[in-house]
Amino acid sequence: MVPLEWYIALSTVIFVIGVIGFLVRRNIIIMLISVELMLNAVNLSLIAFSHYLQDLKGQILVIFVITVAAAEAAIGLAILVSLFRNKAVVHTDKITEMKG
Amino acid sequence: MDKYLFIPLLPLIGFCINICFGKFFQDKAHWVSILAVLGSFIISVITFIEVAQGKIINYDVYSWVVSGDFKVSIGFLIDQLTAVMLIVVTSVSLLVHIYSVGYMHGDTGYYRFFSYLNLFTFSMLMLVTGNNLLQLYFGWEAVGLCSYFLIGYYFKKQSAADAGIKAFIVNRFGDFGFGIGVFLVFMTLGTLHYTDIFANLDKIQNQTINILGLEVGMVTLIALLLFCGAIGKSAQIPLHVWLADAMEGPTPVSALIHAATMVTAGVFLVARFNPLFNMSETAMMVVALTGAITSLFAATIALVQNDIKRIIAYSTVSQLGYMFLACGVGAYGAGIFHLFTHAYFKALLFLGAGSVMHAMAGQLDIQKMGGLKKYMPITFWTFLIASVSIAGIPGLAGFFSKDEILWLAYNAGTIGKIVWIIGTIVAALTAFYSFRIVFLTFFGKFRGTHEEEHHLHESPGSMTFPLMILAVGAISAGWVGIPPLLGGGNWIGHFLEPVLGHPHVHATHAEEWMVIGISVAVAVGGIFTAAVLYLWAPGLPLFIGRQFKAAYTILWNKYYIDELYDYTIIRPTNWISSRILVNVTDAKIIEGIVNGVPKLIAEFGARLRKLQTGFLQHYAMGMAFGFFIIVSLVFILVQI
Repeated sequence: MVPLEWYIALSTVIFVIGVIGFLVRRNIIIMLISVELMLNAVNLSLIAFSHYLQDLKGQILVIFVITVAAAEAAIGLAILVSLFRNKAVVHTDKITEMKG
Repeated sequence: MDKYLFIPLLPLIGFCINICFGKFFQDKAHWVSILAVLGSFIISVITFIEVAQGKIINYDVYSWVVSGDFKVSIGFLIDQLTAVMLIVVTSVSLLVHIYSVGYMHGDTGYYRFFSYLNLFTFSMLMLVTGNNLLQLYFGWEAVGLCSYFLIGYYFKKQSAADAGIKAFIVNRFGDFGFGIGVFLVFMTLGTLHYTDIFANLDKIQNQTINILGLEVGMVTLIALLLFCGAIGKSAQIPLHVWLADAMEGPTPVSALIHAATMVTAGVFLVARFNPLFNMSETAMMVVALTGAITSLFAATIALVQNDIKRIIAYSTVSQLGYMFLACGVGAYGAGIFHLFTHAYFKALLFLGAGSVMHAMAGQLDIQKMGGLKKYMPITFWTFLIASVSIAGIPGLAGFFSKDEILWLAYNAGTIGKIVWIIGTIVAALTAFYSFRIVFLTFFGKFRGTHEEEHHLHESPGSMTFPLMILAVGAISAGWVGIPPLLGGGNWIGHFLEPVLGHPHVHATHAEEWMVIGISVAVAVGGIFTAAVLYLWAPGLPLFIGRQFKAAYTILWNKYYIDELYDYTIIRPTNWISSRILVNVTDAKIIEGIVNGVPKLIAEFGARLRKLQTGFLQHYAMGMAFGFFIIVSLVFILVQI
């Protein structure tokens, strides 16, 4: 059986990849993907703990997170599409409408 | 609500109506004001009759200020003194209102003028009817304010606006002392109501206060501080400078405010506080000497002036000095009696002068008048009556009151003798300058232009009617105080005695005849001299003026008092204002703070704005970093 620590280590690695990806990239699509990575890293750790503690609550929470993530992705991509139609960019540095 | 409340309230209502809606009444605005004052006059007469029958009204209407020990109410004290003042104020005010209908006809600020007159009447009535010092102080300041409004009524004229400000500022000096006096009364006696003050006066009789190492009796100090206010309001030396300039206002205003009522408020104050003044010999002496010196001083200035209103103004200052002189020798009753008669003949003089000005299209210089007798007979005869009255010819009002003062002064010790001599000299001067106006204005040949002569006419009925009524007053107002020696009962003296007391008289009848004889002789002498100089030998005044050039110049320039104040007070104040207040306090300190605060905020904001880069990653970084710190903190705390 795979020990719990490995799952946690994997989850941490994926989460940190997501954070770094969100912070360093300027492309909105990549940033959205990074957010998904972070969410799924958390999902992974939740599943691992759920199995470890023999408690289904963790898995139920994961299903909720996936649902919310799907909705978030749908809205995020919709905004992205309309943004691209208007400005023809997906680069955050170029979107400076609100800058004083 | 009883009727006494309506005495001051009616003019206030008239003021409110006129100031709000007067614009729509156009040239009917005077009806509201006249009816309001007529109402107060009728109630005042009824009240006077009640008081004469022995009723004293003293009650509180409304508690005005209650704060710890400090309790002041709006209340009325109507005793014999107030009753006399009520009659003076409301009757003169009513006549001046009627006169103004003709005098101010066609003026653009017609309704404004009448509403101010109403407001003034209200304030003056509050001043005299109040039963406590704070209400008196309220009325005191309010009449000062109305005086300012009305002096500066022709506000487009620079000299009128300046005169208004001058009156206000000079009065501030007096009122400063008055204010401190009121504080001291409250501090030592814990009350401001007259009855309580007078009941507790003996408690502070022996109290002294140390001012700069000088032991001063508390009573003397309070009395002198209150007198300080009286000096300002009643234009006594050294604060007399404002009254002559106040003649810039319309003539009815001069008659009402600067002759008959407001300027006598100081005399009223001293008379009202007679128990306090009686306790301090020093204060009495100061009052008597201030009055005597002022009356002489102003009378001498009046000798040489040429502006008809200014002469009468200096005459007013001089007569006010007479009233203070009376109060100072303890003859408060005589002072108030003179106030009463003076109100009528002096208002008549002013209104007569106004009538002359009306005919002369605003000309004030008596050297350019002359021979007006045949053009305006009513004005001439009423003016003559007023002049005879003020000169002190037996039978008319001025004689009885002036004589009462001189006689009681004669009885009052050494100081009394001194002020009696001064008073007699002033009586001669008064007769002289009064008839100088009469002879130069109404007799001889007209000295103006042909155009002016063509324009001469008698004033309309609304102006001559008050003149005639006031002439009746100027003749008969003195009959209430005919001394026993001349077959009268000195009714007013006995009437006022419960409030003001009556000085003890110990001199003989022979001496009284002597005092009367001298005063009549000097009055006749004064008139005769004026007749010689201005009627029979018109070249003589110029000759005398040249012979005594120095004296003439000093008098012509009013003893250079205005110039003195200009150099000692006004210029240093202006210097401090422009050099220190404007350049340092205002430019550096106040503007430094006002401009500095926004500058500081802008500076801080400019630095803070750098955080707001507009890069999404920077915000995300901030979030991540913040989250990291929070989690670390939680770990540290949980481990402990």
